[in-house]
Amino acid sequence: MAAVAVTAARLDLQALIDEVSRSSTAEGAVASFLGLVREENQGRRVSFLEYEAYEPLAVRALQLIVDEAREAWADTRVGVHHRIGRLELGEASIVIVAVSPHRAHAFAACRYTIERVKQIVPIWKHEHFEGGDVWLEGATANPDDEAARDAARRIACA
Amino acid sequence: MRVTVRLFARLRDLAGSGELVREVANPATVESVWRSLVAEVPELRAYERTMSVAVNADYSKMSATVSDGDEVAFLPPVSGG
Repeated sequence: MAAVAVTAARLDLQALIDEVSRSSTAEGAVASFLGLVREENQGRRVSFLEYEAYEPLAVRALQLIVDEAREAWADTRVGVHHRIGRLELGEASIVIVAVSPHRAHAFAACRYTIERVKQIVPIWKHEHFEGGDVWLEGATANPDDEAARDAARRIACA
Repeated sequence: MRVTVRLFARLRDLAGSGELVREVANPATVESVWRSLVAEVPELRAYERTMSVAVNADYSKMSATVSDGDEVAFLPPVSGG
């Protein structure tokens, strides 16, 4: 699988590490992030989630984020896979890997990537909870919004 | 001319379909496609200030020109991760 993907298959952290860090022994650090389906959200007991994506644009947006991270931390490579479809409690919805010679850049690029995913990638959570269901709506996606990009960078470097 | 309208998440639920093929007057913009859609499904109007738009799977603007055969997508605020 590519370094960037939207997939209905279960996510595999080790496979993404292997993909991103292949053929290099220069790296001293791998930072990773897994987002999991949580049993509680805003006081609701979550039963399961369904993720929907506008796939071709989601892949483009993920690639843009990976490129932005590369631009900000030149020695660092990032991979990100987002799952779609029905996910049960405890399953991973997103996996991010940042590979770098140094830990500071790996951590920062990893954090930057998840913040940007929440800002600009056209993917939506349909939450099914005890007693109903709701589409969750977060940020208005605008990849050209410099303030949002700066905010993600600040959080990454905090 | 003919365009394909793509709707996602709650917008899809409101319209009852995620993919609609519509005849629109030429010249058309993303905004004119949106206007005719809102005339069909007035509940969509609530998203006018918070949605994003895309043409042929690339982020775009309401003022962008739309051509015959284009895919125009309307995207509610995102919630991935």
